[in-house]
Amino acid sequence: MNRVIPLQPTTDTCDSADRAILKERGQREVFCGLTGIIWLHRKIQDAFFLVVGSRTCAHLVQSAAGVMIFAEPRFATAIIDDHDLAGLADANEELDRVVNQLLTRRPDIKMLFLVGSCPSEVIKLDLSRAAERLSKTYTPRVRILNYSGSGIETTFTQGEDACLAALAKEIPQHAKLHPTEREVDLLIVGCLADIVEDQFSRIFNDLGIESYAFFPPRRSGDIPRLGPNTRYLLVQPFLTDTARVLDDLGAKRIPAPFPLGVEGTEAWFAAAAKAFGIDPNRVESVIAPKRQRANLALERQRQVLNGRSIFFFPDSQLEIPLARFLHRELGMQLTEIGMPYIHRQHLAEELALLPTEVSLSEGQDVEKQLDRCRTYRPDMVVCGLGLANPLEAEGLTTKWSIELVFTPIQGFDQAADLAELFARPLVRRTKLAA
Amino acid sequence: MKLTLWTYEGPPHIGAMRIATAMEGVHYVLHAPQGDTYADLLFTMIERMNKRPPVTYTTFQARDLGGDTAELFKDAARSAYARFKPDLLMVGASCTAELIQDDPGGLAAALQLSVPVLPLELPAYQKKENWGAAETFYQMVRLLGKDYVLPPGEKRKPRAPGLPPSCNILGPTALGFRHRDDLVEIRKLLRQIGVRVNVVAPLGAKPEDISRLHEADFNVVLYPEVANSAAQWLSKNFGQPSTKTIPIGFNATRAFIEEVCTLAQIHCDIEELTKRSRARWYALSVDSTYLTNKRVFIFGDATHAIAAAKVASQEMGFQVVGLGTYSRELAREVREAASQYGIEALITDDYLEVEQRITELQPELILGSQMERHIAKRLKIPCAVISAPIHVQDFPARYSPQMGFEGANVLFDTWVHPLMMGLEEHLIGMFREDFEFHDGAAPSHLGHGHQRTPANEANVASEPTPVPEVAVANGAPVTESVWEPEAQRELNKIPFFVRGKAKRNTERFAIERGLPTISLETLYDAKAHFGR
Ligand code: SF4
Ligand code: SF4
Repeated sequence: MNRVIPLQPTTDTCDSADRAILKERGQREVFCGLTGIIWLHRKIQDAFFLVVGSRTCAHLVQSAAGVMIFAEPRFATAIIDDHDLAGLADANEELDRVVNQLLTRRPDIKMLFLVGSCPSEVIKLDLSRAAERLSKTYTPRVRILNYSGSGIETTFTQGEDACLAALAKEIPQHAKLHPTEREVDLLIVGCLADIVEDQFSRIFNDLGIESYAFFPPRRSGDIPRLGPNTRYLLVQPFLTDTARVLDDLGAKRIPAPFPLGVEGTEAWFAAAAKAFGIDPNRVESVIAPKRQRANLALERQRQVLNGRSIFFFPDSQLEIPLARFLHRELGMQLTEIGMPYIHRQHLAEELALLPTEVSLSEGQDVEKQLDRCRTYRPDMVVCGLGLANPLEAEGLTTKWSIELVFTPIQGFDQAADLAELFARPLVRRTKLAA
Repeated sequence: MKLTLWTYEGPPHIGAMRIATAMEGVHYVLHAPQGDTYADLLFTMIERMNKRPPVTYTTFQARDLGGDTAELFKDAARSAYARFKPDLLMVGASCTAELIQDDPGGLAAALQLSVPVLPLELPAYQKKENWGAAETFYQMVRLLGKDYVLPPGEKRKPRAPGLPPSCNILGPTALGFRHRDDLVEIRKLLRQIGVRVNVVAPLGAKPEDISRLHEADFNVVLYPEVANSAAQWLSKNFGQPSTKTIPIGFNATRAFIEEVCTLAQIHCDIEELTKRSRARWYALSVDSTYLTNKRVFIFGDATHAIAAAKVASQEMGFQVVGLGTYSRELAREVREAASQYGIEALITDDYLEVEQRITELQPELILGSQMERHIAKRLKIPCAVISAPIHVQDFPARYSPQMGFEGANVLFDTWVHPLMMGLEEHLIGMFREDFEFHDGAAPSHLGHGHQRTPANEANVASEPTPVPEVAVANGAPVTESVWEPEAQRELNKIPFFVRGKAKRNTERFAIERGLPTISLETLYDAKAHFGR
């Protein structure tokens, strides 16, 4: 257990002086990082996720997956029981047995993630040692990695970060295995829907950036190689650890807002283009038609959202970029923006675009936050699944945030889709009231 | 360690939450990490409740593990008490907090709150959800009833003459499979019989109601998984007998009425009461002939599985080819039931074993939980849900009990629905060669939630689009636009359920603008134009 959810920002930069942030501690109403498995296993198509945890963990993953949307999922739980708690040597042997059982059942699996949970961490079951040990047995057929998705260390989307950080540590290893593969100039980091990746590829090509790769790759064997000049661009604001691993490998982050909304997407591409010294005229000629089309598409949602107020409970960690988009491009009024934690460096460009008077809060005391929300009585509340229906029952309109991590929302052609996710509950209220 | 793809039951503290959430005036302080708050969504999303479960989680983190987790617990308990002012405070630990051994009971006692505190010890690494619910309910009944316990040797006073007989209804909880509707049905039935309901618990009960349980003459146990241990304690300490028959199905409801009459020492006209029942006549009707000896596989909680097997074989005329449960606590009862059908019960909580058994048996109908529904979908076998675990769609808005005579009607409908009925099966046989009645044709009434096969999925995308003629400025009118390969490929990346619409919209868009070919840009221009 070397890492905790950063309730305090580690580095204070730029605007902390003029921006007061309410820091709260209390009951959190957020998923733990295990939930990331639900979209990660769709993204890395030959990977399997084995949670080493309790019945609670198993129940969480299945409840979060809509009480089983998948017939044969690529995730499972090795449930720790009282026999394992008796002695640790046992637990390791048990784990080896379960992994063997699993890999026999699923010969198609190329990469196996052992995912740590609260119980496995509290009993100090060393999954990194287990991964090393098991790798020896199964290499080259299966690579075995580990990360923690536990609720004592990660919140919701941080699970993706932990997973990608584990995968990023494989980059040097991969370079050794495939020395002939070309190094990439640009690494795009964070899970994107395939269709968004394809759109982004076309834009990078048009801009003249040809050597790039997406991370995570769709197939676990396609891990890219880094060179001395590799730069990376984050697509998600919750990739703290992954970024740190890439920094340690010598890659350089291109600071940018996140590609949500027209403005965010444009700034994100522009940052990349600038980093590669691309002629601004060329950038403009590539971006302009897309910007125009996206803005046109946004117009309809703007009519619904303009002037409406919105309150964010901390959840997906996308709150700040979303608020920026909804405020600047759709005219929504911001009340409170809650985040599980605020990574000031990665969010510096975003924070600069937010109006100074909005209240920011970090961490959570859900009861107090509910009180504030009731006082504001915003037109819309963004929150997790546990709060949504009770708030609807209080007459508030909610957008539950899990869709925001499952739906393609990044990029120009998705800007209107993203806005529509927010417009729909309001439209619905109006329809039902009529 | 056990490899698990899906689990039939949650951990025991979920059982405790089902009790707390069912009741009024109770609050549960649960020592747990933040991720365990997912449990709230079982109630707010799956059961679609309009309020949060009355649970405060301490949500401790790794950094707290050094030693202030106990303080954290005390703070959480103190502020939950101050905010919610419950009449009873339940305290306990989830699996992770169990490992750090903070003793929530002791810590809460030290706070000296002026409200009864129920400390729960629910071993998360040995036990499961239903056990947790039963244990919580039992401990609560004991805590709130102990002051009224009869002195040793003393007998229960007979009911005063002239007073109507009374009972408690025990077992319904939050997140229970149709508990809400069963309760309505059973209450109605008891009223018709002339039995007064003293207390229903835990659903809707306040702590003070729990301390009035001893006032009733007997107990009606609806869900033994939850209520058995409490009922036993009540019987031992207050001399209250309880019902054994679970009123699921026409026959069982009649038997239940007889049992209640015996316990209440009254008479009633059963024939009059059965008048509302349609299930029996429907089962006798000609269309039902085709249901004869349909091979059915049954799996679920013990209570619902045993009852379903009885109804299936005796009231529907099916052949029970498989019966099983994940409730190990009631394994003996399920084994006994299975032996009546000449089969061996499957007692397991391993989803994969259930799947394997179903694959071997190839039944014509599966009666199971959400898990079996999933297996059924994969194996393309008709299925109806009879037991938890369930999905949001198993909490219907309409009245849909499983118990009593109306429950029997509901069972008939829901089990027969996925199957083909007499005339229909007959006609499909006759018209087998007709393209619309090919072998794979699904029953006509199976619209609801029906599987999309890759075949009909492809249809959506390749459906011919009627194209209106549009006059275009120079040259011939464009009546058809051709998809460029790149655009076609992009179209295929759109999820199938909106692909058909995207295709039609794009084509309409192209024709209206007189574009003979559809490029990638056209696709996205159209997307932007039409919105979603
Ligand atoms: S959101 Fe709806 S569909 Fe998804 S898990 Fe919750 S209840 Fe099920
Ligand atoms: S919070 Fe911890 S114990 Fe709970 S589900 Fe997440 S990892 Fe498992």
